[in-house]
Amino acid sequence: MATEMEAEICDALYADVGKPETEAHVHEISLVKSSCLFALKNLKKWMKPKKVHARLMTFPSTARITKEPLGVVLVISAWNYPLLLSLDPVIGAIAAGNAVVLKPSEVAPATSSLLAELLPRYVDSTCIKVVEGGVSETTALLELKWDKIFYTGNSKVGRMVMASATKHLTPVVLELGGKCPVVVDSNINLHVTAKRIAAGKWGCNNGQACIAPDFIITTESFAPKLLEALKKVLEKFYGKDPLLSEDLSRVVTPNHFNRLLDLMDDEMVSDKIVFGGQRDEQKLKIAPTIFLDVPLDSAMMKEEIFGPLLPIITVEKIHESFGLINSMTKPLAAYLFTRDSKLQKQFESTISAGGMILNDTSVHLTNPHLPFGGVGESGTGSYHGRFTFDAFSHGKAVLHRGFGGEAKARYPPYSSAKLKILKGVLAGKLGAHIQAILGFPRGK
Amino acid sequence: MEGRMPETPALGLDGLVGGLREVYRSGRTRELAWRRSQLKGLISLLTEKEEDIFDALREDLGKHRTEAFRDEVGVLVKSVKNTLQNLEKWAAPEKAPTPLVSFPATALVVPEPLGVVLIFSCWNLPLGLALEPLSGALAAGNAVVLKPSELAPSTAAFLAANIPRYLDSEAVKVVLGAPEVGEKLMEHRWDKVLFTGGARVGRIIMTKAAKHLTPVALELGSKCPCIVDWLDSKRDSQIAVNRIIGAKWSTCAGQACIAIDYILVEEQFAPILIELLKSTIKRFFSKPEDMARILNEKHFNRLSGLLKDHNVSCSVVHGGGMDPKTLSIEPTILLNPSLDSDIMREEIFGPLLPIITVKKIEDSIEFLNSKPKPLAIYAFTRNEALKQRIIKETSSGSVTFNDAIVQYGLESIPFGGVGQSGFGQYHGKYSFEMFSHKKAVLKRSLLIEFMFRYPPWDDRKLGLLRHVFRYDYVSLFLTLLGLRR
Repeated sequence: MATEMEAEICDALYADVGKPETEAHVHEISLVKSSCLFALKNLKKWMKPKKVHARLMTFPSTARITKEPLGVVLVISAWNYPLLLSLDPVIGAIAAGNAVVLKPSEVAPATSSLLAELLPRYVDSTCIKVVEGGVSETTALLELKWDKIFYTGNSKVGRMVMASATKHLTPVVLELGGKCPVVVDSNINLHVTAKRIAAGKWGCNNGQACIAPDFIITTESFAPKLLEALKKVLEKFYGKDPLLSEDLSRVVTPNHFNRLLDLMDDEMVSDKIVFGGQRDEQKLKIAPTIFLDVPLDSAMMKEEIFGPLLPIITVEKIHESFGLINSMTKPLAAYLFTRDSKLQKQFESTISAGGMILNDTSVHLTNPHLPFGGVGESGTGSYHGRFTFDAFSHGKAVLHRGFGGEAKARYPPYSSAKLKILKGVLAGKLGAHIQAILGFPRGK
Repeated sequence: MEGRMPETPALGLDGLVGGLREVYRSGRTRELAWRRSQLKGLISLLTEKEEDIFDALREDLGKHRTEAFRDEVGVLVKSVKNTLQNLEKWAAPEKAPTPLVSFPATALVVPEPLGVVLIFSCWNLPLGLALEPLSGALAAGNAVVLKPSELAPSTAAFLAANIPRYLDSEAVKVVLGAPEVGEKLMEHRWDKVLFTGGARVGRIIMTKAAKHLTPVALELGSKCPCIVDWLDSKRDSQIAVNRIIGAKWSTCAGQACIAIDYILVEEQFAPILIELLKSTIKRFFSKPEDMARILNEKHFNRLSGLLKDHNVSCSVVHGGGMDPKTLSIEPTILLNPSLDSDIMREEIFGPLLPIITVKKIEDSIEFLNSKPKPLAIYAFTRNEALKQRIIKETSSGSVTFNDAIVQYGLESIPFGGVGQSGFGQYHGKYSFEMFSHKKAVLKRSLLIEFMFRYPPWDDRKLGLLRHVFRYDYVSLFLTLLGLRR
C-alpha cells in the first residue's frame, strides 16, 4: 500500500498539512515501509518463547516466557504525521497477533479517508478496521472494552483516554507531547548545529511535531552567534521569503493558526522577535520565527508551541540550563549540542526525558532499536521496532514442573524440622534441597 | 510487638509528598551505594525481626510461622538477595545497534528511576506484597511511599515502626490508615502507583491517577482454575493432591490471588480425586493452627454466604464446618455447584474448593475461556498435547504445569495479570523495570554531515534519502559518486 499508493498519500498529506513531498516520503512513507520490513524480518524471533532460568528451588523444572496477543486493540492517531502515527502502531499490533481498530485523526481528513478507503484493500478487513470521525465517535469507541488502547496526541485528551480506560481496566500507551528543550553549548561546530536544529524544528512539519525542538537554552554570550548561524541556515533552506517556499508545511487549521498568532503577538513577547514573524492567513502559513529572551512566565514558555516559533532563552552559565529544564514537566525529548563530554554526562544523568540526543535532533525516532515514548507528562509506554510488538503483547510465564522432586517439608502438619529445611531451601543451600527432595523430615 | 503508630494526618500528606520530591531531587536515591544500603537494610529487617514478623502475621491472619516463612519472609529474602546481586547489571545502560547511515553514533537505553512512587499492598500477604515491590522501587532508585492495608493492622504497624529504623526514613515512608487515606494520597501526582487488591478499588485508583497522568500497575484478582487430568500412577496422583492442597488451604486458607480457585476434572476421575483430597487433608491438617484463619467477620460472612446458596450447599462433599468465633472454616470441597451461583462467578478467596466435572479433559479449555483471564492457570497432566493446547488456546498471567503457587517465588519469570486480572508485571528484574524509565540516548558526532538531509528539497535529495531508508548503501554510494541516478 505504501509503495503503490505513494502519490495518493503525498497528495493527502499535502492537503492536510501542506507537507512537502520530501517530508512526506522521508518522515512518513519510508518510515512506514521500513517499520513493516523490520517487523517482517524479526517476527519469528519476537514470537519465539524465551527460555529463562528455573532455579534450584523449583528443581526439576523449565520456565519460558511466551508472547501472546492481547486481543482486540484500539489505536487513536494524531494529525501531524497522520500516516505514520496511524500505521506504525498498527503494524506492531498486527505483528503481535491482535485484531485492530484504527481511529485516524479527523483534523487530517484527507489522510483519514484515504486510510479508510485503502486499508481494507490491502489487509484483512475482518480483523483490521478503520473508524473515522471526531469527538463523539472517539468517545463512543472509548466506552467499549479493549485489550489495549494506544493514543497519540496531547495530554489533555490523554487524561480523558486514561479515565475512559478505567471502566474496563484497559492498559494504555500514551504518546503525548511536551516542551522539548535544546541546550546549545559554545563548544560545538556552529554551522552543523544550526542546520540540525533547523532540520528538527522547521524541517519537521514546520515545528508541528512532538519531538521538534520547542525552545533553545544557551549562554548570553553565545546567543548572538547562534542566532546569526540560524538566520543564515534558514535563508539557505527556505529563501528570502519563506512564505513562498514549497518546503515548509502550513499550519494545520485556522484554530492552530490563531493559537500561534496569539502566542506570537502576546505583548510579553512581541518585542522579542529577532527573526521572521511573517504570516499569511489565507494560506495558513507562518514563517520560521525566532524570539530572544522571552519571559519564562509567558504563554510561549508555558505551553507546548507546536509550530514554527522558536524562543531562545539565555543563561549566564550553561549548567543553569539543567535547573531550568528540571523545573518544567518531563519532555518527550531533550537535546544537547556540545563536544564537552563532562557536560554530556551531566545532561544524561540530570535530565529525565522520554529520549535524548546529543548533537542532533529528532533522528532517534528512526532507530527501531530504541524505545520511543514519554515519561511523566509526556506519556507512558513506548514503541518502535520490537517495543511496539511488546506493547501489544502479554508476556505469559509458563512453568513446567515434573512429578519428581516432591518436598514434604512444604506441607503441613508443620514442624520446626520442616521449617529448618525450608529455610535452607530458600537460602539456596544445596544440602537442604537434597534433604527436601529426599522427603525429609521422615515420619509425618 | 511494637505499639501502634499514629495515623499520618491527611493534612500532613502535602508535606510528606513535597518532602519526598525534595529528597529525590537531591539525587541521593539514584546513587547505587544508597540503593544497595536500602536493600541490605531490608534483608536485615527481615532476618533480625523475624519473630516479630511471625507474631504480626499470626495476629493478622492466624498464619503458622512455617507458612509465614515459606510464603513471605523466605521468598522475600531470596528475592532481595537476588536483586542485590544483579543491581549493577540491571542499572547499567544497554547498547542498542545503530544503522550505518547514522555513523558515527552510539545508541543507549539508560534505565533511570521514575521519581517518587506509591505502593498499595493487600492484607493477605501483607509483608510480601509490600516489601517485594518496595525492593524493586528502591533498586530502581526511587523515593517511596508504602500504604499497607489497614485490614492487616499488626503488620502495618510493624512496617510503620521498622521501616524508618532499617531504611532511609526520609526517602521511604509508611502511611497508615483507612481507605480514605489512600484516596487522599491519590489526589497527588506520583511517578508510578502499584496497587494490589480488588478491581473495585483498582478502578478508583486508576481514575484518580488519570487526572495527573500517573502511570499505574494493577495486580488484581481472578478465579484461578486448576485442570486435573487423568493421572495413572498413584504416586503422581498423590503428589498432585499434595500440591493442590498446598495451593489452596495451605496458602492463607485460600485467601491468595494465585490460590487455586476451582478444579476442572473428568467425570470419571473426580471420585478418585475427591477421596485422595479427603484423606490427605486429614493428614495435613491434624492441628488447627496449621491453617490460617479467615481475615475478619466481613469475609467470614461473605464465604458462609457463598455456601448458604441452596444450589450450592447440596454440592458439599467434604467439610463445610464453620466457627464464627475463631473465624475458621474447615477445608471444604464441593462437587458441581450450580455454575450460576456466586461461588462460581466471583473469586472465592477462601477455603472452599468447587470441583467442576467435564466429559473430556479438553473441554476444560472452553470452560475456563468463558471466564475472564485469570492471574494463573494450573494443570496437572503428563499429556504434552494438552499442555500445548492450554498454552496456545488460553490466556492468563501465567501457566504452571504440575504444581501451583511456586511460580511466585521464581525471580526469572514475570508476575502479573492480563485482562481483568490486571496489567503490569513484577518480581526479579521486572520489579526493577516496573519502577524505571528506559531512556533512549542517542549520541551523534558533529563530524560527518549528509547534505541531502536538508532543504531546499529536490528530486536528487529525495532519491538519496530513499536509498538511505532502504539501507541500500551501495546505491547510496554510487549515487553520491554520480554513477547512478
